[in-house]
Amino acid sequence: MLRFLPALTLLALLGPVAAGLAGAILPAAGHLPAAGFEGPSTLALERLWAWPGLSAASRLSLTSGLLSAGLSLGIVVLIVAVWSGTRAFGLLQRLLSPLLSVPHAAAAFGLAFLISPSGWIARLIAPLAGWERPPDLLIPGDPMGLAMVAGQVAKEVPFLLLMTLAALPQAQAAPAMQIARTLGYGRVAGWLKTVFPQVYAQIRLPVYVVLAYSMSVVDVAMILGPSRPPTLSVQIVEWMGAPDLSMRMVAGAAAIWQLLLVLGAIAVWRMGELCVARLGRAWVMSGRRSAAEPVLRTAGFGFGVLSAAAVLFGLFGLAVWSMAGFWSWPDLLPDGMTARTWMRQGPALHSTTIDTILVALSSTALAVALTIGCLEAEHRSGRKAGRTATWLLYLPLIVPQTAFLPGLQTLLLSIGADIGRPPVIAAHLVFVLPYVFLSLGDPWRAWDSRHATAAAALGATPARTLWRVRLPMLLAPVLTATAVGLAVSVGQYLPTLLMGGGRVATLTTEAVALASGGDRRAIGVFSLAQTAAALLPFALALALPALAFRNRRGLHG
Amino acid sequence: MRSLCLLALLLPAPALAETDPADWDSVLEEARGQTVYWHAWGGSTATNEFIAWLSDKVSDETGVTLEHVKLTDTADAVTRVLSEKQAGEDEDGAVDLIWINGANFASMKQGDLLFGPWSEDLPNQELVVDEGVITNDFGTLVDGLESPWAKAQFVFMYDSTDAEPLADMEGLADWAAANPGRFTFPQPPDFLGNTFLKQALVSLVEDPAVLQDPVENHDFDAVTAPLWAYLDALTPDLWRQGRSYPATGPAQFQLIADDEIDMAPSLSPSEASTATANLQLPDTVRTFVPESGTIGNASFVAIPYNSGSKAGAMVVANALLSPEVQLRAQDPDVLGYGTVLDMDRLDPSDAQAFADLDLGPATLAPADLGEVLAEPHASWSAAIETAWTSKYGTR
Repeated sequence: MLRFLPALTLLALLGPVAAGLAGAILPAAGHLPAAGFEGPSTLALERLWAWPGLSAASRLSLTSGLLSAGLSLGIVVLIVAVWSGTRAFGLLQRLLSPLLSVPHAAAAFGLAFLISPSGWIARLIAPLAGWERPPDLLIPGDPMGLAMVAGQVAKEVPFLLLMTLAALPQAQAAPAMQIARTLGYGRVAGWLKTVFPQVYAQIRLPVYVVLAYSMSVVDVAMILGPSRPPTLSVQIVEWMGAPDLSMRMVAGAAAIWQLLLVLGAIAVWRMGELCVARLGRAWVMSGRRSAAEPVLRTAGFGFGVLSAAAVLFGLFGLAVWSMAGFWSWPDLLPDGMTARTWMRQGPALHSTTIDTILVALSSTALAVALTIGCLEAEHRSGRKAGRTATWLLYLPLIVPQTAFLPGLQTLLLSIGADIGRPPVIAAHLVFVLPYVFLSLGDPWRAWDSRHATAAAALGATPARTLWRVRLPMLLAPVLTATAVGLAVSVGQYLPTLLMGGGRVATLTTEAVALASGGDRRAIGVFSLAQTAAALLPFALALALPALAFRNRRGLHG
Repeated sequence: MRSLCLLALLLPAPALAETDPADWDSVLEEARGQTVYWHAWGGSTATNEFIAWLSDKVSDETGVTLEHVKLTDTADAVTRVLSEKQAGEDEDGAVDLIWINGANFASMKQGDLLFGPWSEDLPNQELVVDEGVITNDFGTLVDGLESPWAKAQFVFMYDSTDAEPLADMEGLADWAAANPGRFTFPQPPDFLGNTFLKQALVSLVEDPAVLQDPVENHDFDAVTAPLWAYLDALTPDLWRQGRSYPATGPAQFQLIADDEIDMAPSLSPSEASTATANLQLPDTVRTFVPESGTIGNASFVAIPYNSGSKAGAMVVANALLSPEVQLRAQDPDVLGYGTVLDMDRLDPSDAQAFADLDLGPATLAPADLGEVLAEPHASWSAAIETAWTSKYGTR
């Protein structure tokens, strides 16, 4: 049984991606019998080419993705380089870590209220600047997509930061820094020259994930991105839903184009890596000690705090909106507070919360079981997972969702599996599994296998060792991985929308559906509920081991 | 006999499950216990609440479970039915009832994706008003394939502290020029955005009668030239200089409450009153219609050919036409949608209840709504939407 788990895991992970891509290629090649088109033909490509927004949408996808990834990486590098090992770093880490699980849509909604010309920041400035009316500025939704980039960066900085922290021990950061500091390098220059190259080799794939995700994200782009034209991925989702059925062929062609764009951007990034490496080597060899240190220090800390504050104040704004009576410009707070919106949304909140929890629990339970199975199989066979395995794990996160989910929807329909939650759970598994695996893999492998030897010497079977020794000892990381899985599932928008056929409504699909109506009170209710659904499991993951092992200090955390 | 039964089992299921709308008692019988997935736009809290209320009512009275599937775009449901047809799911599709608009109705009717005719057989159909907007949905004949449930007429909302009613579309352009950035409309292809374009078109063309014909029979560029001249002048004076538009009608409420704009179009005469009651709009908002009248239309529900709960869907459509539900829908504190019932065909007590309804401060009396102009043929709507998108939608 255990032997087949890795293959099964691979199938659950990559099967949907491969099937979905195949399902996009057929309509892209002009083959969509349901709409009366028999391919192959270049019809879909021609119509995509004729779309006036194509160049702007493609450019937007490229620039916003590269900018988001570049800024996020830059901020994380500055934070870690300047502050790792200090007391302030602990503070930053505590501030940023919970933000990892705040769903993208909720963070975007919060940010939208902060930065819009009638938002909180503008209301603060208004009396000083003498604005009687909100300034007529195109924020959010600026054609460059800067608001969207800001939303992405605020969410990706915590992700990359945690990935970097996980990579630090293997990079031997502390001794390397000690030597660099002894040689008279500043914190930043020393870190960049000695630690960064090793760390980057380990966080390269997460950086590609950020790049691919930022290029093709749908919910954040719908909330913060421009609308004339929208990003390519938003347009794909719109085409998938156009009344003219042949537009699905254009959507298929655009899905393939989106995939090529992402691959192209990764290639550009890779070339950038090589250039930076070459220049960097020259810089390392030059032996120059940088003079800009104090500026960089402040900037790193400032950006870290800024991205945390943007998300936290945004969420606070949503909380106030969810309880607001009438609230007009330029008032900083509403005329009164009322529970009315929560009462009104109560029934809808109840049913969507149940769906959200069912889908999240099912997909996460599957993911944790598969992950533990794979890791245990790896442990017992003694074979280490190689680089290929890591790449395969990251593949579903790098292939844009809009490239394979539309095709997957068609495929699921054709095998008659379109009704109810199972397809949604399967689609969520594709995204939950990699994160659960990444979260659990290191602590699992780091477990001291002499415990297993001792257990075997006492006559325990491998299964008994797993259940009675290893899993209890690894309770904390297993729970953390579970919390990560739940948070990922709660935040999924496109898989729920496309696989659920509207019959599965989660807090996230509900919140994003409300976005078009612009009712900030209802949006506030659902965004907060969504955030709570993602955050509570983390609190439990922290509390439970402390409770279970209150008399075993070595097993805390 | 036995072999006949076996044969019947071998036949495709639709042959067995087909519902006869004319036999209402058997429809009610069959509907009991069915679950109806109503795919309806879910961007408005008021609508969602109304459907939740209706769901409780039909469940109590007829044993039909009504589930509201909240869409961001009606076309999602159409796509769903289409992809099911493609996949051969002909018996129990995901969609049982759709809140449908003219363009999607035309597309589904043309693609043979609809069940029916059935709507003429609903018991409450005899209460429905006899008007063009009920029998002709955007130039496409209804033919019993969809059932009306609300009537709407285009109006403008304005904040009375900053603006006044305007006489015509030219007056609107002049006002916008004098108050740049204070007017906007939802971005086409949003339904209200399209309706604004059509309202401008109907008011600006030399001969509105040509708009009742399919667009293929006319010179589109020549007929619509006045519209583009008008929009070329108006667009730079719009909110955000026309570089961005609100996504939907209700998104404009937030802009008015935030004092970002002072005037915006609305699809229903009492929508503004409802939004004020829901604290979404300041109580200074009022509505007006230009002197030459505005276009009106009806909202319909349709049943896809592959619904597995057609009887249940018909029961819901019939419940939507009951005086109690229609009265609630018209109440501005609830929904504020115009009723499709003919007051002369109702019981006097029901008619009195409609007459007694307080329509709210922002709602014009029916007499002040002026002339209802006909919706252009659906092909015009599609054509101006495409033209608008290429002229203003993607720059």
